[in-house]
Amino acid sequence: MSEITIVNAGRRGFLKASAASVALSGAGLTLGFHLPDAAAQATGPGLAGAAASAGGGFAPNAFVRIGRDNTVTIIAKHLEMGQGTYTGLATIVAEELDASWPQVRVEGAPADATRYNNLLWGPAQGTGGSTAIANSWDQLRNAGAAARAMLVAAAAKRWDVPVASITVKDGVVSSGGRKATFGELAEAAATMPIPTEVRLKDPKNFVLIGKHVPRKDTRAKSNGTAQFTLDVRLPDMLTAVVAHPPRFGARVKSFDAQSVSGASGVRYVVEVPNGVAIVATSFWAAKKGRDALKIEWDESEAIKFSSADILADYKALAAKPGTIARNDGDAAGAMAGAAKTLAAAYEFPYLAHAAMEPMDCVAKLSADSCEIWNGEQSQTSAQYAVAEVVGLKPEQVKLNMLYAGGSFGRRANPTADYVVEAASIVQALAKAGKRDLPVKLVWTREDDMRAGYYRPAYYHTLKAGLDASGNVVAWQHRIVGQSILAGTAFEAGMVKGGIDATSVEGASNLPYAIPNLAVDLHSPKNGVPVLWWRSVGSTHTAFSTETFIDELAKAANKDPVQFRRALLATHPRHLAVLDLAAGQAGWDTPLAPGKTGERRGRGIAVHESFNSFVAEVAEVTVRKDGTFSVDRVVCAVDCGIAVNPDVIRAQMEGGIGFGLSAALYGAITIKNGAVEQSNFHDYPVLRISEMPKIDVHIVPSAAKPTGVGEPATPVIAPAVANALAAATGQRLRNLPLKLA
Amino acid sequence: MPTLFVNKERVDISANVPGDTPLLWILRDNLNLTGTKYGCGMAVCGACTVYIEGQPVRSCQTPLSSLRLGTEITTIEGLRTKEAQAVQTAWEKLDVPQCGYCQSGQVMAAAALLAKKKKPTDADIDAAMQGNLCRCATYVRIRAAIKEAAKSLG
Repeated sequence: MSEITIVNAGRRGFLKASAASVALSGAGLTLGFHLPDAAAQATGPGLAGAAASAGGGFAPNAFVRIGRDNTVTIIAKHLEMGQGTYTGLATIVAEELDASWPQVRVEGAPADATRYNNLLWGPAQGTGGSTAIANSWDQLRNAGAAARAMLVAAAAKRWDVPVASITVKDGVVSSGGRKATFGELAEAAATMPIPTEVRLKDPKNFVLIGKHVPRKDTRAKSNGTAQFTLDVRLPDMLTAVVAHPPRFGARVKSFDAQSVSGASGVRYVVEVPNGVAIVATSFWAAKKGRDALKIEWDESEAIKFSSADILADYKALAAKPGTIARNDGDAAGAMAGAAKTLAAAYEFPYLAHAAMEPMDCVAKLSADSCEIWNGEQSQTSAQYAVAEVVGLKPEQVKLNMLYAGGSFGRRANPTADYVVEAASIVQALAKAGKRDLPVKLVWTREDDMRAGYYRPAYYHTLKAGLDASGNVVAWQHRIVGQSILAGTAFEAGMVKGGIDATSVEGASNLPYAIPNLAVDLHSPKNGVPVLWWRSVGSTHTAFSTETFIDELAKAANKDPVQFRRALLATHPRHLAVLDLAAGQAGWDTPLAPGKTGERRGRGIAVHESFNSFVAEVAEVTVRKDGTFSVDRVVCAVDCGIAVNPDVIRAQMEGGIGFGLSAALYGAITIKNGAVEQSNFHDYPVLRISEMPKIDVHIVPSAAKPTGVGEPATPVIAPAVANALAAATGQRLRNLPLKLA
Repeated sequence: MPTLFVNKERVDISANVPGDTPLLWILRDNLNLTGTKYGCGMAVCGACTVYIEGQPVRSCQTPLSSLRLGTEITTIEGLRTKEAQAVQTAWEKLDVPQCGYCQSGQVMAAAALLAKKKKPTDADIDAAMQGNLCRCATYVRIRAAIKEAAKSLG
């Protein structure tokens, strides 16, 4: 069907993009190769390992490939979703390899847990919990060093010189007056024995780690050539839009396929587990088909309750003891004997991830394989979930990695919901005799907002006792909210003794020296689909603990920084970020006053998540009408060795902005079983005018690197709430923050 | 048969294409110009920003039927102005993008701003960029890169 003609075929510049997209289907090339530019920007997801570098390549291990053309390809086992991991992973390999940064390109690894598992997740491949750099550090240093050793061995043999006489710098191997590029040595290096032991660099000799190197994906992401799942185009591909049930738990009762017959371009209407898919020649045809489709829903098992009902249930549960997550000393006894007690309760709504790229996935089912194109955070669970739907083995599910247009945990669903939906569509088509037909499933923004998977709603209660000198002698923390892990493949490993680690993280490991401390948990079930959301448990535990500790400081008549310092004596990394943020923010000097009628305040919070430590000082201005702005944030982070300082700064900035969206606006509410929000007009997120000025300071460290994608996010809401309390005296305990 | 000019190339569109089809999906699904992104479908996120006759518009809310014969459309793939080049250079210098999905729209909006205002103030930047959402919150760098681009344009 040719409804659009491009007339002057001689200058069809933009059709080149089409050729590149087709290459994604298996030719072994990525888009970058088509660009006339240097390898530096020839970075793209997908197809790693599908083809070695053209002729005579050197692939000493699963992570490095050196071509005769002198390109160094680094295979990234982690999803690039914005966090900069392609750059970070490549930096580690290139450092030990002594490659020159411009010769390095990056490819996304295929799904293959035997080679590309996350070493912190055991046998599963995946990206999450800010683990990409942390789990790859030793692995990729070794991979780079091994490749270097083989290049050196090849040069030593070729030149008949001792290995010790050889130096490697910026991708050039030298001995005396002899020089060779990696490309010139690639073929010979491939014949050298793989070293069993390698020597890693002394960190003082690092030339890339800790320095500024440009990101590998910036150019493609600034000129429209970066390939996301939505951009995949395959021969004969159709587009699917799915009509999902209006309430969670509802099922298709019946639908009238004839009702779509008037919609042009619609090819198939098929039932899938969570709705009815309209499969058409374009997105718009599919969407119009969905608009026309008449469906009757079976709501017998649908949820009918509202957010207020959930909150009432949670409050009732909070009156009763839960499962114990931590119990130091005798919190109840010490509370009874305290000179002064404080109690507070906190409410957290459901949150949508609302990544800029709504969920989408391309699937193609053949007789002996199912091919998936997706920006996938959790490859192995996706392979298993898809295999079950299409009746193949997990290893027969092939996954092509694309860039993800944000994710924030959404594309790491253990149930692989939207991936399974795409697989279900091609499975239904295969049953109807239409095998090998690629289908791109596209969720509209409304689908993305309403069809599920949210940061769970939570309710916390906190109680503390102070002695006559203002020392905290007792702390009782109760958390109520759905378990993210219950019913998933991760449950066995991460739910221990009835405690979902992701529900209590940040609370059960509270660092403050409080002798009598108890944390307990209720994990009710209610049928609203839930999932991890950037920084997971810390999204709520950092808020309740860090605002409550601020209240205790005030009750003890102590400065919030000094109060925390006294309780963190045995936690030097918390202390260091706290001191750095406070110092850089000028904590001990008064905040500049606002205009007439404006009130200003400064607040601090410190929190550890994913083994990284972040402190933030927020400065706010409250206007006469009760609205407020966050003017400046000073952030200090300790994430061990700073592999890419500028990426760390970017993740602190972005993590703060992401957390601010939730602090200021984020709320998914449920009414009679249906989500009330649908798009960015009723689920607002931060816009540029609301972005504070942000200063980031990195603590120098020799510790192994830890993650930076998440740890800045949970700290901003309590810092802002504490600043608002300082400015107005109002203590806000519910998110999003609203001044009375 | 409506005729448009997309990135200076003539495109004839058959009468079979429904008039309510948003320009966004004609660009993406029919012309394979996938640099322009779908984000919201209701002109509240800016990911689909293209130029019509040089002015930034939301292509998701621009039905084919609203385009007059011979309309000049520019997408990120055809963006060649000196302001655009300055913006893209600054974007690289400051490593603005994170996930990158919204950035075509950000670059289009930023280049349009600089074509109108040589030295935009913070307020000008806020006004021009307010409609372009970035969930990665790259706003600090967007602001800095626009200023950097303005400086480079002299």
